[in-house]
Amino acid sequence: MKEIRSKKFIFYTLLIISALVIFFPIFYAISVSFMSEGDVRARKLWPSDFTFSNYGSAFEQMPLLHYLKNSFIVSSVVMIGQLILSSLAAYTFAFLQFKGRNVLFFIFISTMLIPWEATMIPNFLMVQGLGWTNSYAGLTIPFFATAFGIFLLRQHFLTVPYELREASLIEGLGHFGFLTRVVVPYCKTSFITLGVYSFLTTWNMYLWPLLVTSDDSARTVQIGMKQLRSQEMATDWGGVMAGATIIVIPTLILLFLGQKQLQQGLTKGAIK
Amino acid sequence: MGLARNINQEPKSNKTSVRKSDLKVGLLFLAPSILLFSVFLFYPLVRTVYYSFHITDITGEQSVFVGMENYLFLFQDPVFYESLKATFLFVLYTVPTSIGVDLFLALLSNEKLKGIGFFRVIFSSTMGISAAASAVIWLFLFHPSVGFFNNVLNSLNLPVVQWLINPDWALLSVSITTIWMNLGFSFLILLGGLQNIDQTLYESAAIDGAGYFSRLWRITLPSLSPTLFFITTVTLINAFQSFGQIDILTGGGPNDATNLLVYSIYKEAFVNYHFGTASAQAIILFVFIFILTILQFKFAERKVHYQ
Repeated sequence: MKEIRSKKFIFYTLLIISALVIFFPIFYAISVSFMSEGDVRARKLWPSDFTFSNYGSAFEQMPLLHYLKNSFIVSSVVMIGQLILSSLAAYTFAFLQFKGRNVLFFIFISTMLIPWEATMIPNFLMVQGLGWTNSYAGLTIPFFATAFGIFLLRQHFLTVPYELREASLIEGLGHFGFLTRVVVPYCKTSFITLGVYSFLTTWNMYLWPLLVTSDDSARTVQIGMKQLRSQEMATDWGGVMAGATIIVIPTLILLFLGQKQLQQGLTKGAIK
Repeated sequence: MGLARNINQEPKSNKTSVRKSDLKVGLLFLAPSILLFSVFLFYPLVRTVYYSFHITDITGEQSVFVGMENYLFLFQDPVFYESLKATFLFVLYTVPTSIGVDLFLALLSNEKLKGIGFFRVIFSSTMGISAAASAVIWLFLFHPSVGFFNNVLNSLNLPVVQWLINPDWALLSVSITTIWMNLGFSFLILLGGLQNIDQTLYESAAIDGAGYFSRLWRITLPSLSPTLFFITTVTLINAFQSFGQIDILTGGGPNDATNLLVYSIYKEAFVNYHFGTASAQAIILFVFIFILTILQFKFAERKVHYQ
């Protein structure tokens, strides 16, 4: 009994120390976002007087609401595009049989070996040639096809019981009907996982939006963050931290809601 | 892989007609993905190889064939040599540390303790924080005068450190930021791997009276090896692809000390408009990642213990 109690004590101590260390930068950023300039310069850990003026200045310094809207649109469109294209491809690899299917599957999976950065120069020139710079199309369409998403969904699709398929054949459901009415509800968790994952990664994307947005029209919050940093530098850290706090809130909420789902779903796709 | 498990039970009658319609539907369903992979991945990869053998103008249109010259230039270029060195050092700093820290956190969070869910949320939280936001937050922590770290050093009467300005420290500072911002994802995957371990393995070990560390060594780590292998590959590839935190923290400086490969490609292509040499660097990046992934798979086949 005594041994168990001391073991518990050790674990809680380690957990609490780790949590403090890991969460500190986030806590501090939020704290500074409510500080006056004097508090920042005095290197306080906690604001002596809460002020919301930093948030006002973050919105004044740049069209933050517009950037947020852009990020929402781009992330949602990529998420929907990835879900649709991945489920169609995963369905093919899980349920259909034809000559050359395995070769195609191998080619699809091999795309994971190509780092996206190795192709960014021709991609940029092409998107520029298409007139897609500063547009949602240029920020979204190149990312619709994803080997990771296809693989994740396919692994789950393979677990759909054969009886369900037989029943749907008897009822005269075609492939599309079987996919939308049986497979999608059955594999709901994987769809949520992929959805949360693709929204998060698109929201956080940095290099591509930096290349293809040269004005505010389609610019995302991440690039806004860079602007905020270069405009203000050492002068207004409160405002910069307010901006950082605003742009991480949507993804943090999504992560807290989907943490369990994401963990189980990603593990399934990664390991099995 | 249970690829053909369901399909093999296909009704035997009208088999050929089923196959034929399968092909049609399959190609229809795959068409959008094939189209996008071709346009935005395979074709640009071929195009990158093409550019790497050419010198082009600013639009990438007019080009002169120069053979291996871009590659030869790179291997004699001290700046590129520095960039490669910085990239490998960065990988060395970040990958083993990340895996150690994430494994430690995942093991802690896998205990059945009250309130463990709260800790799991905290440990995974950095996954929701973008490279740009992480970098800006750490930029402030590293700030020479108002930053937290120098504040602590000050109060301990230690000399302050120019975290991002001193070339000897900059790469280390960027590495710390990177380890922190990538922590959430690896943690979630490792925790998932731990939770998938067959509990009956532990029950028999408990009867044998094995202690925590002996169980960790004999059961947990061997059973976790597929997950560890996966996360090592992902962390390694991520390290090679780092960009956002460098752009915001140091801009590749000071003295190119943090000019990692992808940053170097970006600068060469979109600041200097040398698409030829930039593409040669991109191909080198591709080859690195390709070889690493293949090696990992070969190695894993032999070493990894699959259940």
